[in-house]
Amino acid sequence: MSIEQKVRDYILDNYLFTDDQSALSNEDSFLNKGIIDSTGIMEVIFFLEEQFGIQVQDEEMVPENLDSVKNITSYIQRKQAAG
Amino acid sequence: MKLDAAKLAARPQRLLRDGMIAAVARHPDKVALVIEGKSYTYAELLDAASRLAQALIQRGVKKGDRVAIYMDNTWPCVVSIYATLLAGAVFLVINPQTKADKLEFILDDSDAILLLTDVHLATVFSDAVKANTKLNGIISSGDLSQAALQLSMSVEAFDAVIEQSESLAEPVNIIPNDLAALIYTSGSTGFPKGVMQTHQAMVFAAWSLIEYQRLTEDHRIILVLPIAFDYGLYQLIMTMKLGATLIVERSFTFPAQVYKRIEEFGATVFPGVPTIFAMMISSHKKKPLRIPGITRITNTAAALPADFVPYLKEIFPNALIYKMYGLTECKRVSYLEPELVDAKLTSVGKAIPGTEMYLLTPEGQPVPPGETGILHVRGPHVMVGYWKQPELSAKMLKPGKLPGERVLCTQDWFRTDKEGFFYFVGRSDDIIKTRGEKVSPVEVENVLHSMPQIKEAAVIGVPDDVFGQSVKAFVALEKDAELNDKQIKKFCMAHLENYMVPKDIVFMEELPKTANGKIDKKLLMQGGA
Repeated sequence: MSIEQKVRDYILDNYLFTDDQSALSNEDSFLNKGIIDSTGIMEVIFFLEEQFGIQVQDEEMVPENLDSVKNITSYIQRKQAAG
Repeated sequence: MKLDAAKLAARPQRLLRDGMIAAVARHPDKVALVIEGKSYTYAELLDAASRLAQALIQRGVKKGDRVAIYMDNTWPCVVSIYATLLAGAVFLVINPQTKADKLEFILDDSDAILLLTDVHLATVFSDAVKANTKLNGIISSGDLSQAALQLSMSVEAFDAVIEQSESLAEPVNIIPNDLAALIYTSGSTGFPKGVMQTHQAMVFAAWSLIEYQRLTEDHRIILVLPIAFDYGLYQLIMTMKLGATLIVERSFTFPAQVYKRIEEFGATVFPGVPTIFAMMISSHKKKPLRIPGITRITNTAAALPADFVPYLKEIFPNALIYKMYGLTECKRVSYLEPELVDAKLTSVGKAIPGTEMYLLTPEGQPVPPGETGILHVRGPHVMVGYWKQPELSAKMLKPGKLPGERVLCTQDWFRTDKEGFFYFVGRSDDIIKTRGEKVSPVEVENVLHSMPQIKEAAVIGVPDDVFGQSVKAFVALEKDAELNDKQIKKFCMAHLENYMVPKDIVFMEELPKTANGKIDKKLLMQGGA
């Protein structure tokens, strides 16, 4: 399964409680859509660290890296390429 | 003609809007707000707010009318609050996490004349206004061309409305006894109730808070809490009263961004809640976090765990740490002098300046030190009541010492020590406090009961290291019904604010009952189910 699909499934499953793929587009801002708030983001980070074997640094906790499926996917790809 | 700030500023500050106007007269070009990195001066704020105020009046808003603001922490949100105040009307800020049913209820209950909102909330507000006959219209920030709005009432674009409107020539004349805001808060009945706050109460409370936090106009407060939450709202009000600067973020979701803004804009005051401090401490333990520029941190909404204090001192080496306690009905009750944070680890301190707090037995008799009693609060900050709820108001407001005076009976249990410091003992209702937000179990139970598969439901709060309490639901299904916890959470998500959605759901054949047939929540809380 692609990184993008894994992330999508995780968000759909844990925050939207559905497997309906149309409920979330890859560009949807988690903040704007009210999907994830400040406590939710910690869980997302635990998931990313465990699933993709990366370490999310505090300074990387910015919307450019984490505020949509698309942003997360390219962030993971960058991390894995660098790692 | 434009509003003459200099002329208006010569008058005494009686109303909530007066501080902002005085700040414009004093230093029009000072940065009032930094919102998501963009700076706005006091002159820009007054200009936008007085244009919008004129537009509100043209759209039928009269003195005392309610204007509903359903927005995130944005520039349009701040402009809307001050425009409403200039128009002599009453604002209510609704949490953007609010779902359609509740938004519909609040709009109807408050008899709001206008709804000011943002296009990213369009799916929710479109649903909420379908049956509404009281609104004159909607003004929405954001790009309306992207939204497929199918509504019976007009939706105008926020920026265009401001651009096309003249400035209000003179603020609408109101007096300090008039209402400034309705602040909706969860109630044990399951329906939110609007706390009525007058101008004089809010102006008084703002100065009291400023006094004990030792704030000046040189302070810069960083706001990561929702403006819809009175703790967040007062950061804005205090800033405007002082003529200081408020650095506004949408939330604490992306901490690195918040730290960057603190650094870049030189924030000096950090108001937080235990959940936020817990996140900071957990990251500090992994990799030391140090924010030396902050000179004040404040905590309320839930008690600050005593073991947080040493870590907070490491993270904020130059900050005074304020532990505070309050309720929306009087904004804030008490604070602990920061110099005593170690000496009085579990105390919520003493009454805020200009107010009194004391304990009475349920029969109304004074309580000696060391014994528990019901907390009563006396002062100009006490609400005038709940909007359109005389019985509920009478339960919370009791006759005071002077003729006509009313004191707030908080219904919360406290005790004092010999030196007169107060300690929280417990609530007398079953409201759950999670992530610093109030959750009414009845409200969640009502949503659960509206699922046809659910026969019985009970909701309680259970202790949680990060959330203070977390929401736990017990459900019994109808015979042969099939339903899993994901489906229930999804349904709750559609009808409740995110923080109200149960974290854990326990399925049972039948819920335990007391002798008189009511669900036995005590037993559920003891885990004896």
